[in-house]
Amino acid sequence: MSLSHLAAVVLFSLFASIVFGITLREDVREQVRYGLTAFAWFVGGTIATAWVLYFLNRH
Amino acid sequence: MATGEIAAKRVSAASPPRSLMAAAGVMALGWLVPGVGYWVSRKWIRGALVLVSVVAMFAIGLALHGETYTFNTGAILDILGFVGELCAGALYFILRLAGGTVANYYSVGGDYGTKFLIAAGLLNLLAASDARDIFLGRKR
Repeated sequence: MSLSHLAAVVLFSLFASIVFGITLREDVREQVRYGLTAFAWFVGGTIATAWVLYFLNRH
Repeated sequence: MATGEIAAKRVSAASPPRSLMAAAGVMALGWLVPGVGYWVSRKWIRGALVLVSVVAMFAIGLALHGETYTFNTGAILDILGFVGELCAGALYFILRLAGGTVANYYSVGGDYGTKFLIAAGLLNLLAASDARDIFLGRKR
């Protein structure tokens, strides 16, 4: 099996966010909201960091 | 009184007191089989989601040829890797019985796989701890 970098990030973020949402919040609505927020931060943070490293590597 | 304290008292008033030994048993069960700790407190969906998430992460780690760490006293990262994977409970023991895996560090996938295996264990430990808190009435 091989995964692209993006697919690996998305899968990792998806499952980690599910567990984070369940364990770190109590109500279902809060859990869903926290899970979605964590997922966005995981994926967005990784892509942003990748772009920063890309430009650092160029200069 | 803080909102959290009110919620804690409400939860503890609604459920009978549980022994710490029983709570330790719930946590051990949750560690051994991902998600099952929640089922003791009748949190079926939470348990199922944790089970699917942890097993899926572990399976992806294996499929990517992540490394199986064994007990060691070498480099600190190897020790931490072993502890992280051990947190996956029965999944780790089954993997060891099956012979384990050696990471393919010639491709980035092998490194990713190792991270998936370790993260699966750490998330499982987090969930087992949460299941214990629910069992004790500290959380809904």
